[in-house]
Amino acid sequence: MSTKRTDSNSYTIIFSVIMVVVVGSLLAFFANFTKDLRVKNDQVKAQIDILSAIGVESDRSNATEMFTQYIKQQKVIAGTEVSDDEKAYLIDVKKEMDGAKKGNVQRLPLFVAEKDGKTLYILPVRGNGLWDAIWGYIAINDDLKTINGVYFDHKAETPGLGANITESFFTDDFKGEYLYDASGNFKGIEISKSNGDPNNEDKTDNQVDAISGATITGNGVGAMINSGIRAYLPYFETLKK
Amino acid sequence: MANTNVEKEPLFSKKNLGLVKDPLTDNNPVTVQVLGICSALAITAELKASVIMALSVVFVLGVGNVLVSLLRNAIPSSIRIIVQLVVVAALVIIVDLTLKAYMPDLAKKLSVFIGLIITNCIIMGRFEAFALGNGPWKSFLDGIGNAAGYGLILIIVGFFRELLGSGKLFGFPVFGDPVEKTGLYATGYENNGFMLLAPMALITLGLIIGFQRSRNKNLIETH
Repeated sequence: MSTKRTDSNSYTIIFSVIMVVVVGSLLAFFANFTKDLRVKNDQVKAQIDILSAIGVESDRSNATEMFTQYIKQQKVIAGTEVSDDEKAYLIDVKKEMDGAKKGNVQRLPLFVAEKDGKTLYILPVRGNGLWDAIWGYIAINDDLKTINGVYFDHKAETPGLGANITESFFTDDFKGEYLYDASGNFKGIEISKSNGDPNNEDKTDNQVDAISGATITGNGVGAMINSGIRAYLPYFETLKK
Repeated sequence: MANTNVEKEPLFSKKNLGLVKDPLTDNNPVTVQVLGICSALAITAELKASVIMALSVVFVLGVGNVLVSLLRNAIPSSIRIIVQLVVVAALVIIVDLTLKAYMPDLAKKLSVFIGLIITNCIIMGRFEAFALGNGPWKSFLDGIGNAAGYGLILIIVGFFRELLGSGKLFGFPVFGDPVEKTGLYATGYENNGFMLLAPMALITLGLIIGFQRSRNKNLIETH
């Protein structure tokens, strides 16, 4: 290319500035345009995830309907105060956890479901995997001692290894697992590499078989469940009475 | 269509049609130029994801080629790669937002790979090699052709991987129910889970390349 007006420095700078302004405003407009739909999608996804913790399959077309059918109460626990809140499922757990670190009172959402005549308590948990955040929902039976079901998801765990925490071969192992030890103290669940119980027949050992090659993700899942449930224990104590 | 008038070439002259047809066969960006392999391996475990990825790339490359071509005399040559990157990045963000808004589950499945269209060498390659030197209509045909050639391979690989790996097409069971042992599974047929892993995508792609070269000996390098 010979010397042209497009080669001058001032032209290049003006071109860049115009380009950035045009492209920037175009994308901002488009992001705003699709925002409502994207927010709605995330809300429906939360409903689907909560339902899958109690083993109810739903999809985007019927999730809201099923959610109202199964979830009888939505509570928000803030310190010692417990209130009903129909929008509890929209509470951003990450924001609440960050707020708690700064000394704010963490609002804990709790969903009371009824399935096959049984009352189930579903609570959200959130923690760290190997690469990024992991989160999920834990459903607890009405004895408040055993797990009914779990749902896990992750942002960026390794495909084929840590990412398998979403798969049923892993999540099914949690069903019926005891959260308390023999003397009645809260112990939580350990994701164990060496419990000698790969089929998870012993439900009272507080251990679930780990995924090979996903040790750190597994430890993260265990830590997330334990700290997550621990936050609800004071409230569960009031329920037992 | 043997119009040789250079100044007013018909829209669908043989040469222009060749821009669309060649990348589908003898100049395929994936099987002949071996570009864009990473996404071809990563998202072809299901046919539906392959089709959406193919359509996304058709959109990005078709529109992007036209934009770059229209701007080709205005783009300062010292920052032309950056301008091309901005064009492709903006288009990819539009695709990403659209998928998130209208097909959220699929968007999650394609996850980073929509974003990685930006780094798909086919796109920057066509911008740089074709759109910067040709008019918008030709660039459009070239973009559509190359993206379709890429998408065609994606869909072929996706077809075999989903069929042999999961026994499904577009998520619908083809061979019967593997758990209930109905249909083909009653005879002892098993899905090959290995097909769902990346290595088999590479091997499938290799078989396609081998098949193509066995049909067209001109494609075989002599050195």
